[in-house]
Amino acid sequence: MRAISAIARRELAAYFGSPTAYVLIGVFLVLSGYFFYSDVALFVTFGAQVLSTGLWRFVFVDYRLVTLLVLPLVTMRLFAEERKLGTIELLWTLPVKDHQLILGKFLAAWIFFAVIVLLAMIPFAVFWVFFPFDLGPPIAGFTGLVLLGTAFIACGIAASTLTENQVVAAMLTYGVLVFFWFMTWNEAVGDESVIRYLLLLSLFDHYYNFASGSIQTVDVAYFLVFAAFFLFIALRSLQSRSWRGVV
Amino acid sequence: MEITAEHLRKTFGSTVAVHDVSFEIARGEVVGFLGPNGAGKSTTLRMLTGVFPPSSGRAVIAGRDVAREPLAARRALGYLPERAASYGEMPVEKYLRFIADMKGIPARDVTAAVREAMGATALEHVSHRLIGNLSKGYRQRVGIAQALIGSPPVLILDEPTSGLDPEQVTDIRGLVQGLGSERTVILSTHVLPEVEAICSRVIIMNRGRILAVDSPSSLEEHLRPHREIAVEVAGARDDVLRVLHAIDGVSGVAADAALPGAPTITYVVRCVHHRDVRREVAAAVAAAGFGLVELKPVVMTLEEIFLALTSRDRLGDEKAVTPPSPQVERVVASH
Ligand SMILES: Nc1ncnc2c1ncn2[C@@H]1O[C@H](COP(=O)(O)OP(=O)(O)OP(=O)(O)O)[C@@H](O)[C@H]1O
Ligand SMILES: [Mg+2]
Repeated sequence: MRAISAIARRELAAYFGSPTAYVLIGVFLVLSGYFFYSDVALFVTFGAQVLSTGLWRFVFVDYRLVTLLVLPLVTMRLFAEERKLGTIELLWTLPVKDHQLILGKFLAAWIFFAVIVLLAMIPFAVFWVFFPFDLGPPIAGFTGLVLLGTAFIACGIAASTLTENQVVAAMLTYGVLVFFWFMTWNEAVGDESVIRYLLLLSLFDHYYNFASGSIQTVDVAYFLVFAAFFLFIALRSLQSRSWRGVV
Repeated sequence: MEITAEHLRKTFGSTVAVHDVSFEIARGEVVGFLGPNGAGKSTTLRMLTGVFPPSSGRAVIAGRDVAREPLAARRALGYLPERAASYGEMPVEKYLRFIADMKGIPARDVTAAVREAMGATALEHVSHRLIGNLSKGYRQRVGIAQALIGSPPVLILDEPTSGLDPEQVTDIRGLVQGLGSERTVILSTHVLPEVEAICSRVIIMNRGRILAVDSPSSLEEHLRPHREIAVEVAGARDDVLRVLHAIDGVSGVAADAALPGAPTITYVVRCVHHRDVRREVAAAVAAAGFGLVELKPVVMTLEEIFLALTSRDRLGDEKAVTPPSPQVERVVASH
């Protein structure tokens, strides 16, 4: 526990001690604020009636894009930088297990994301002050967003363990995530039954329920399994030093 | 034994980085790992520190098998990696606190442990500076301080003095020397005088194999076929040569080429077996009425030792002879 929190604290200090953190947070807030504003404008212009399907759904689907844009840039440095600096070699000789290294870094990225999500709630709060609304659907939406972010972070960490190049790590994360997004788009490829299974795997198809205000156990489980799978990949990748050496 | 390596072997794909390395190091020894680039020093040290497991063989640190009880072995260990890397954006003291937390030092002892490590490496006055802004020598010290945190009984330092200016080299050597006695230290280096200066034993590696394990002085005895003495004498060259040749126990004499008319000439006297004939030489020179200016044994430098060993190794390879395994004492003794 102590080691996990030491790593998480060090990573958070590194995030908030450098301008990149503020740039990333700034980008997220500007984009998400813009989406929130334009979605509200749409809602009003077209005179939709139901908030959860008419407004929140669009807001959360847009937040998803901003999250997809920003999180790989948050996670890319976590292991790639240690490899580049050579500090990873020292970490491997400290009395700390590989999974603790991964969990510490995961926790740091997760807290960073939690800060972003909290800030992204501000427009909702402002909106609520003027037009009190049912909090249920947005709570489901944010739950979905946090789960989605958890999955992205796990995937980003796995990519970051594979290379010492941060840009490569980010690109790899984008590649994997976009693949999990697009895999149900080309419906012409498979027949009905194949698509049904692909839908089970597809990232964003599990997110849409949250965005529309409903929390389903299957969807929660999907994101948790997704995250666990990539954290496991990260673990195996760290252990590959036994044949790969220190790169 | 504080450190044991048993038949360590490491391959990366088809490259064999370390062939078959075995040695034992007792508590309190300071042992130098010596070898040219690519000899397999770092790879061996990484197997000892558990950075990666050996392809075969076993490493034991302070009674703990590195593969079976990795955390216990690592707790007994301080390691300075070859690149001595640390996080540039962290202040020195913060970084050392981070390491102390990672090493599981109890929270109430962290401050004392960090202060002790900074004291030993003379880092107190830069404790709040960012590591990235320090000079290379100071960053190296931060690396050593980090290894010292928690006073581990075993220290493994991979090239602690590489890339430093002579003054800092001396500083770091002094530091390592001061660590000895209660700690077991392995350090690797290309610099031969370094081992001569601070190590009680030297392990010489080349191409993934150990060539020799011995103290710097007895290595010389094994490698040098004869003892040699340098005598500087004022007197007529041919006369002096005749006198020196006549001494019992002298098998050969060579005169240094001296400038014509130089007042003194240095002669190298080769002794029969390992007899020490310094006293006889001094007496003979004095009795013949020459002026004896200087008399000293010729010491083989580690450079020469190293050259002798590695050229032997190369010869062995050319003849496609499998080198006698695994021990080197034997390699040395057989010659
Ligand atoms: N990850 C790796 N993959 C492939 N080969 C490797 C790897 N790590 C080391 N080697 C090879 O193993 C051999 C020994 O390397 P090692 O770093 O142990 O040498 P060294 O004695 O420390 O050299 P130096 O004095 O240059 O530090 C070299 O030939 C090197 O190329
Ligand atoms: Mg090396």
